[in-house]
Amino acid sequence: MNVLLDYLPEFRDGFLGTLAITVSSALLALVLGVLIAGFRVSPVPPLRAFGTAWVTVLRNTPLTLLFLVAFFVVPQILFQGASPYVLGTLALGFYTSSFVCEAVRAGITTVPLGQAEAARSLGMTFAQTLRMVVLPQATRTVIPPLSSIIIALTKNSAIAGAFGYGELFNVSKLLNDKGYAIAWIFLWTALAYLVITFSISGLFRLVERRLGVAR
Amino acid sequence: MSEVPVTENAGGAAPAGDPLVVLDKVNKHFGALHVLQDINLTIRRGEVVVVIGPSGSGKSTLCRTINRLETIDTGTIAIDGKPLPQEGRELARLRADVGMVFQSFNLFAHKTVLENVMLGQTKVRRTEKAAAEKKARTLLDRVGVGAQAEKYPAQLSGGQQQRVAIARALAMDPKVMLFDEPTSALDPEMINEVLEVMQQLAREGMTMVVVTHEMGFARSAANRVVFMADGKIIEEAEPTQFFDNPRSDRAKDFLSKILHH
Repeated sequence: MNVLLDYLPEFRDGFLGTLAITVSSALLALVLGVLIAGFRVSPVPPLRAFGTAWVTVLRNTPLTLLFLVAFFVVPQILFQGASPYVLGTLALGFYTSSFVCEAVRAGITTVPLGQAEAARSLGMTFAQTLRMVVLPQATRTVIPPLSSIIIALTKNSAIAGAFGYGELFNVSKLLNDKGYAIAWIFLWTALAYLVITFSISGLFRLVERRLGVAR
Repeated sequence: MSEVPVTENAGGAAPAGDPLVVLDKVNKHFGALHVLQDINLTIRRGEVVVVIGPSGSGKSTLCRTINRLETIDTGTIAIDGKPLPQEGRELARLRADVGMVFQSFNLFAHKTVLENVMLGQTKVRRTEKAAAEKKARTLLDRVGVGAQAEKYPAQLSGGQQQRVAIARALAMDPKVMLFDEPTSALDPEMINEVLEVMQQLAREGMTMVVVTHEMGFARSAANRVVFMADGKIIEEAEPTQFFDNPRSDRAKDFLSKILHH
């Protein structure tokens, strides 16, 4: 119990750190994931190939390895002097984007082909068809898996802690090193994670219900 | 072919317009299946061509090749003198001039009826919202579903949905309208309301290609009937001639099956 009260500022910073990297990498993953999903269903073969390669590489690489690349290789080439926050966001966001892409692509395949055919018969381009007709109808199917993916991302953000980014896991390790009872540290850390993950599932449930009414 | 003499009588006068859609030696395979075999067909401006034939004869595929929803293997298709371009902006522009009505309506499920009819106008033709809405409402009134404008497609009957789909295609001011079995998915009591809209369109001089099983419509609205079987055009004739006195055995067989069941 004491450890929380004694180190409240540290726990608070850790919580905010986890929250910050979760939000930024989730946004990055969503934007990239939708874009790459568009590539994967596009009629242009090079774009399709790029999308497939993106998913294959990022989804099959261990996240820790991506972090190693982000923290030790990327700064050598670009983003010199980038903060752990930025590098961690890149690693997490890129990794998660491959899962988002596949969830979105699954959603796209649930939209009847006739919808896209009708749009294209009106003279809409591929991008217009995807953005205005297919994706809006895919959203409802994509929300539940997306919720799981973002929750997984939250928990994956702990790896950023191991690379020196100040977040919950990083704080718990710090306090553990100081000799506090691990059980209490874990309990408070776990509760902090639960606050974030429950908020995410609540948020997605809200979106799902909103979309359910819209039709 | 296009040279088939069509005399003016009950089936409808053949308009002497210039060629609008020209298919020349079109071939298409689905795997081993040769679905379109050396198809030559010319549709003149203002003409109503009805394509009939047994299922699997390639008539729907033929209809869909005209706006390149299906690609072809060999041959050429030209619309208003321009050959169909490859996938891309050019093709999108051309498709905007070719209205398409599907068997399964394919109204945009997430948009209201009004939005369905406005979308192409605002996003493809770049029409002002107010003007697009005015036109959409006029068209919806014309096909008799003006009162349903704010509803979603799923709230409409099949016949109403198909009439909205026709309005959506007309909103683009197409040069030609393609109908791919527009009444095949409808309950019998709703078929007429759709056919009436199509009859009206035909009377107004719209160029139409209609794939259908509605022989009554073919008889009364068509300038020309194209009979297809096994991927080939077997017979082309003016409707009264075709229905009363078909030349080919294949057509005789087909008509005997559908006219007296």
